[in-house]
Amino acid sequence: MTAVTDAPVRPDPPAAAPAEAPTDLATAALEVLPTGRAPAADRPLHRRLRGVERLAGVVLLVGLWEIAARVGWLRPDVLARPSTVLTVGVDLWRDGTLPAALRASLSRVAWGLGIGIPVGTVLAVLAGLSRIGDDLIDANVQMLRFVPIIALQPLLIVWLGVGEEVKITMIVVGVAFPVYVNTVTAIKGIDPRHHELAAVLGLRRSTVVRRIVLPGALAGFLVGLRLAVAIAWLLLVFAETINASSGIGYLISRAQVFFQTDVIVVGIVFYAVLGLVADALVRTAEARLLRWQPGR
Amino acid sequence: MTAPTTGAHAGTATADGVVTVRDLHRSFGDREVLRGLDLDLRAGEFVALLGRSGSGKSTFLRALAGLDPGVTGHLVVPEARAVVFQDPRLLPWERVLTNVVLGLDGTRRDAVDAGRAALAEVGLAGHAADWPKTLSGGEAQRAALARALVREPKLLLLDEPFGALDALTRIRMHVLVRRLHARHRPAVLLVTHDVDEALLLADRILVLTDGRFSLDVAVEATGDRHRDDPHLVALRRTLLAELGIHDEEATDPVPAPTTDPDPDRPDHDHDHDHDRPT
Repeated sequence: MTAVTDAPVRPDPPAAAPAEAPTDLATAALEVLPTGRAPAADRPLHRRLRGVERLAGVVLLVGLWEIAARVGWLRPDVLARPSTVLTVGVDLWRDGTLPAALRASLSRVAWGLGIGIPVGTVLAVLAGLSRIGDDLIDANVQMLRFVPIIALQPLLIVWLGVGEEVKITMIVVGVAFPVYVNTVTAIKGIDPRHHELAAVLGLRRSTVVRRIVLPGALAGFLVGLRLAVAIAWLLLVFAETINASSGIGYLISRAQVFFQTDVIVVGIVFYAVLGLVADALVRTAEARLLRWQPGR
Repeated sequence: MTAPTTGAHAGTATADGVVTVRDLHRSFGDREVLRGLDLDLRAGEFVALLGRSGSGKSTFLRALAGLDPGVTGHLVVPEARAVVFQDPRLLPWERVLTNVVLGLDGTRRDAVDAGRAALAEVGLAGHAADWPKTLSGGEAQRAALARALVREPKLLLLDEPFGALDALTRIRMHVLVRRLHARHRPAVLLVTHDVDEALLLADRILVLTDGRFSLDVAVEATGDRHRDDPHLVALRRTLLAELGIHDEEATDPVPAPTTDPDPDRPDHDHDHDHDRPT
């Protein structure tokens, strides 16, 4: 808006500046903004195209890998080509090797999460709601969570032998920490005004936990859950690769002995797919449980 | 409803009186905020409590609400009491109706019926299934009012409930509160900083100055109240003077309350730390 402020200051426009100059300035200071057009990201077609683009990126990478293998840049004992991986995967599935391995791995993760999540949650509720619980639990957990879980394996083997218990225990411990830490932080972060409301409404302690503490801490718990799922896969791979007689990790480590890169890649692909599926499940649960949040 | 049974809440109110306060004290550290308050409230009485920032009016309301076990003295309040705070304090993860009936005794069905009726009374019948975060400020505060009403309180404590609302919404809330009071007749204690709001709504106005009631006057007006009613004009001048605002400052015809009326008000969360055994 320089034109507006300048005009009165300049009583007599110099001859060099023609009469239309102030008009130009005034026009330049104004802008007609585009209206009536939804942002690109909101248009359904655009969104679909984005999906296609992302998929195309993956297809391109796999295609390059296939070509590189076919023209001889990648030797099969370095990295099997995608089409071989696919055939080998189908064969392993048909002869029952892969389903058995999958079952073994899934059951370890399920046990690990099934015990670790409740353990982390219960400890978090105890520490978050009572002073004694906080004093007894929190300091210990905060200290122990800096111990790399993998370093516990030798000790666990001494205690538990080399069976399923060790693998499941490692996952339980690894899962309980992120669930605990995120949930306890969320519980302690609940708006104190909600507790005051509970007092005014005369809510019983159990009602406060059920209606205020748990739902209030849910968002934090779910963050912990996503971390926990990722950590569970990580520890599964570690436990299965080091010492196991079943599971996807076992499949991979046995294939390593025979330089079967195709089998190794099949195992890795399955780990990736399972991880993605688990994450998608948690995201779905999140969207459903937190649907009260604006912008969801 | 269960009342927290702290020492100060022993005993029951007498026939017509719903609130009895005798020699109530409250200190935070060295600072004495309430210095020996006496008060009787009758059933159905609408009392406004005015006071400057830090005068202790919110502390007094919290004591009556049973939120402050740190008070000393004699304090009798009905078990059936409800509070509406300056913020609506709806649980964002529960739908509006569930918020209204939260913690209500009786069967789920009775509670839901009562909750729907209360929502209809405050004009929110169509919002029962909404999430609180989709409500406007005025709607959320009306839901908070419904949550208080559904408990059929004998004592309704209003802690600057209109302070955060815009001027037009506030006018509509005033009308609503008068109508609800006329229908349900709870004793009301309205804590406010707004002299005109007190004059418009209350039967009796108290001024709290430095932890003591410095003024206790009846508002002699019936039916619809007009700002230019001579009695109200005179009373307004008295009240403003009591609050430290004198004629020359009070000539501004509309001492418009701001959205943040009381920035120096004792911080609730801070108070909370004193109250809660952590």
